[in-house]
Amino acid sequence: MARHIVASTSEIPPGSNKVVDIAGRDIVVFHVNGEFFALLNRCPHEGAPLEKAACVARLTSPEPGVYERSRVGEMLRCPWHGWEFDMRNGQSWFDPKRVKVRSYPVAVERGDELQKGPYVAETFPVHVEDSYVIVEV
Amino acid sequence: MSEVIDRPLRDDEKPAASRLRIVDCDVHPSLRSTDDLNEFLPKRWQQHLKEYGSHLRTPYLFTTPYPRSSPLIARRDAWPPTGGPPGSDLTFMQKQHLDPLDVEFGILQVLDLFIFSQQNLEFGAAIQRAINDWQLAFWSHRDPRLKASILVGQDGTDLAIAEIERCAKIGEYIQINVSPRANEPLGRRRYWPIYERAQALDLPLGIHVGGYGGHPPTGGGWPSYYVEEHQSNAHTIAAQLASLVIEGVPERFPKLKIVFIEGGFGWIPSAVWRMDQHFERFRSEVPHLKRKPSEYVRENFWFTTQPIDEPDEARHLRALIEWVGIDRLLFSSDYPHWDFDDPRFAFKTPLTEVERKKIFSTNARAVYKF
Ligand code: FES
Repeated sequence: MARHIVASTSEIPPGSNKVVDIAGRDIVVFHVNGEFFALLNRCPHEGAPLEKAACVARLTSPEPGVYERSRVGEMLRCPWHGWEFDMRNGQSWFDPKRVKVRSYPVAVERGDELQKGPYVAETFPVHVEDSYVIVEV
Repeated sequence: MSEVIDRPLRDDEKPAASRLRIVDCDVHPSLRSTDDLNEFLPKRWQQHLKEYGSHLRTPYLFTTPYPRSSPLIARRDAWPPTGGPPGSDLTFMQKQHLDPLDVEFGILQVLDLFIFSQQNLEFGAAIQRAINDWQLAFWSHRDPRLKASILVGQDGTDLAIAEIERCAKIGEYIQINVSPRANEPLGRRRYWPIYERAQALDLPLGIHVGGYGGHPPTGGGWPSYYVEEHQSNAHTIAAQLASLVIEGVPERFPKLKIVFIEGGFGWIPSAVWRMDQHFERFRSEVPHLKRKPSEYVRENFWFTTQPIDEPDEARHLRALIEWVGIDRLLFSSDYPHWDFDDPRFAFKTPLTEVERKKIFSTNARAVYKF
């Protein structure tokens, strides 16, 4: 696994995402409620681009007529046929045993820490005062 | 159904690398706005559209059935960057759909303005005529891959015939489209003049399932949920298939080609088995039928593929395709709607090259004579 600096945190405002190409893979990084998640940018069903997915809440119903919303913004609803995936781990709510979107570990690190380590991005001049999103692939 | 995907696309899956050469029998263009029709719509009807709009055979007034799952029932990635509704920008459609998926021919299916459900038959005919002209001017003439259909409302049969004749003279239309939900079941004699003209002109009859025709979409009445209603496309089409066959349309018009669009095909085997079985028992009720219903279905009807049922086991889909008949199926994507099928990934079952070619191209080429 190599670590890739993909953006400064300010580049992906809350509720938005950014698509990056890492080693030939199209990876989409989401920013939700202060957290970052990285997933392969392809729905495992027919390949829809997940960057266009709706970021929705988990809606459950313990019994008819009772509805509960939780984890607002953390579920991805595929832009085509609407299969839902958990942004945290790519888990499918449609068919959890068989289908999953690959997810990748994400870290946020401060520029001064990055400068100490071996990870200097080619495309991102690292500023000491900024924070950066790092995806491990 | 696939397992976890964690790899770059293979070359043969990359749009640019694939030479699919497909015929897509269901592509939805949209009006950017009703002003697009002004040049084709007499002032009298422009005014009517502004002042009265649609008068429909549905229990809903001004409550469009949208969004059904997704705004304008569209793929979330299909909104043109230039604005306007999905399907309204040719350049974007070329870039997102026709070019990368190597669409050799795409058949336009217009759904705007509740075109088939207009109760004011003259207004309906004027809108249909305008949309027929708009299909050529805005689409086919700008991209010859895109083929137009003659849209007519079959309840005003005389108006429909006049429009069919007008368009047939132009010579660029490849089928005649009628409503999936007319005032009466489609096999009724009042609609036969249209079938007679379609046969004489050798133009397939296209029936795109969906929409609202005033009847509840299920035999059991009005459903509560969209997911329930979406199921009903299959019931509707099964009922219309039975009506057409049992009233004797293919018996009377043996050369008529009928294409059901957007009804899928999973429901066909049992519907046809049941018709055959009952035909054997009740022949004396319908002595005008000279052959088993299944024989008419196999000769006069075709079905577009989307939405494809996806059984857990790929071999079940395979068996289904074999039962329906590999030569009965025409690929359709339904672009840009939310249940769009990607031709590279939609058939999750092994097909031979010959079979692929039939479903994705040659069957449609034969039906539409491309
Ligand atoms: S492509 Fe995502 S649900 Fe079908």
